Amino acid sequence: MHKIAVIGDKDSILGFKAIGFDIYPTKDNEETANLLESLVADGYALIYITEDKAYGIMDEISKYRSSYFPAIILIPGSKGSLGIGKKFVKESIEKAVGADILAQDD
Amino acid sequence: MARLNVNPTRMVLTNLKRKLRTARRGHKLLKDKRDELMKKFLAIVKENRRERELVEKMLKDVYSRFIMARALMSDTHLEEALIFPKQKVTLKASSKNIMSVEVPVFEFYTQGQTGDDVFPYGFAATSGELDGAMIALQKVTPHLLRLAELEKTAQLMADEIEKTRRRVNALEYVMIPNIEETIKYIVMKLDENERGNMIRLMKVKDMMLEEAHHFKERMAQQS
Repeated sequence: MHKIAVIGDKDSILGFKAIGFDIYPTKDNEETANLLESLVADGYALIYITEDKAYGIMDEISKYRSSYFPAIILIPGSKGSLGIGKKFVKESIEKAVGADILAQDD
Repeated sequence: MARLNVNPTRMVLTNLKRKLRTARRGHKLLKDKRDELMKKFLAIVKENRRERELVEKMLKDVYSRFIMARALMSDTHLEEALIFPKQKVTLKASSKNIMSVEVPVFEFYTQGQTGDDVFPYGFAATSGELDGAMIALQKVTPHLLRLAELEKTAQLMADEIEKTRRRVNALEYVMIPNIEETIKYIVMKLDENERGNMIRLMKVKDMMLEEAHHFKERMAQQS
């Protein structure tokens, strides 16, 4: 059995607490990075992180990209989508195909 | 293309020919694998995009509802209402094998009260907007999990496709041409040796005949 964690600013993620996810509010990048590491060590299989928090620790996140566990998924924060999550999908396509052949204009 | 650094002998030639056969077969297999992976990948990634857009839209709705709720309630009250969840979500992660790529499959279980009632608070001290937010949030949950599954799968498959593509290209553009070139070189070298040997034999034969019959002397006498 695995647990699900949500990292982000408190305002965005408070609601997730009520549906049973574990929430971890953080303030700065360093704290977020350390937290991410300890959550991975704790055996969280699925970690949602808001885009504005993820933005500062891209290196740490991409470290787990090719490993089977954990899945780190970006979600938009309360300030709206920054497009980083979409960029991740685009990157996957570019990596596999060489160019984003499914690009839509938006 | 660079030719391999080998001795031009018959034995090396045989080995190389066998190697070339293996390389060709490997190349064909890997190419097939790459094509099939690509087909699956594109289907997954399309769904991934769609799901991501949906989730982002739904979360935006959730957040705006929460903002309304926060505006109507004090922070402490809001936190108090949400701090002790009624249900606990646990995740069961198993794996699926797509073309030898291990990808995760997430199933989630909610423990505690299920059904429509997700509100971990009494209705007396909270606003109606919070209820709306909670319902919206609960609706997003399955999509969030589906998104996680798809996105991880897409990432893992992208890695595998990249690896496979590199292998295919290495075989196609480096290994196979190199071996072919080396085989050509050895064949030419062996043919050259063969011709040299032939000439030598012919020369020796001439010399031996001359020794036995003294053609040159006879020719001189006749003239």
